[in-house]
Amino acid sequence: METPYQNHIDKEDFDHVYEPAEDSFLLIDALEKDLQYLKARNPTFCLEVGSGSGVVITAFGMAFPGTFCMSTDINYKACVMSQSTANHNKVSLDAVNMNLIDSFTDNIFDVILFNPPYVVTESEECGGKDITASWAGGVKGREVTDKLLDMIPKKLTHNGTFYLLLIEENIPDEVAAIMSALGFKFETIIKRKVRNEQQLVMKFYR
Amino acid sequence: MKLITHNMLTSKCIKGVLTGYPLAINATDVKVTEVDYNPDFLSRVIPKLDWEVLWTAANSIGHGEGLPKAVEPKFEENEEFLKKAHKVLLEVEVEEGYLTCPESGRQFPISKGIPNMLLTEAEVQ
Repeated sequence: METPYQNHIDKEDFDHVYEPAEDSFLLIDALEKDLQYLKARNPTFCLEVGSGSGVVITAFGMAFPGTFCMSTDINYKACVMSQSTANHNKVSLDAVNMNLIDSFTDNIFDVILFNPPYVVTESEECGGKDITASWAGGVKGREVTDKLLDMIPKKLTHNGTFYLLLIEENIPDEVAAIMSALGFKFETIIKRKVRNEQQLVMKFYR
Repeated sequence: MKLITHNMLTSKCIKGVLTGYPLAINATDVKVTEVDYNPDFLSRVIPKLDWEVLWTAANSIGHGEGLPKAVEPKFEENEEFLKKAHKVLLEVEVEEGYLTCPESGRQFPISKGIPNMLLTEAEVQ
């Protein structure tokens, strides 16, 4: 998979929107590792939740020209940036300013991607609409992730796949147990140690 | 916002709203951008859409001309139909305007093509 062109972004805009970092690229690398699996499924709709700069969903759109891509973010400035990243890379994307996937009808998405706010913080720090929303994850760094997990069974198509980035502090085993109880199988696709952070990407499917 | 996306948006999460679908569109600025025509994609996506909602949405923003009210059988083989569907689904975009919940009347502004679907905690069920 190719890395999207990003030089159109004004550096100052990263004061308000999460700048692509190792975690963003780990998620792209995970998708690349799973490329054959995804191509065999020929997805119609792919959604990235909390797309920030839009670099991940744009990379997906570049690799899958036959998939319609959508993105959400609670931060309007992130939606504008995601849209512009997609446009610069000739990917057809619609960005919607939304909390997680609250305002979509059921049973649509063949692929859902989520690089959540995973940093362990106080609960009070979590739940903003600005750049803190891109990293502040509250208790276990999981407060936002756990809200999305509950919605996945309804929003994902029956044969759909959900990719989630986590760090060790998020207790991936607990996430796997939650998803198993919701009827999903799981695999860890890729792991990488970045400075003091053990990052990984898990995949969930039925 | 393209009409393919409008087809999947709902205001169901508002307290007291049952379906919140379809959202009415009021557009003050609509643009048309060229997108690569992909008949294979259209054949896969059309059966997944609510066509009547698409038809009504296209007409409400002045782009419904020539669009059939229902999807014909063997539509995959009808290139004229697929090209019309392509334009309405992917090329027509609402840049400015607002969406309205059919039950509560709550409006959702669209600015620079991006609908703002955010609700306050008090509005959510």
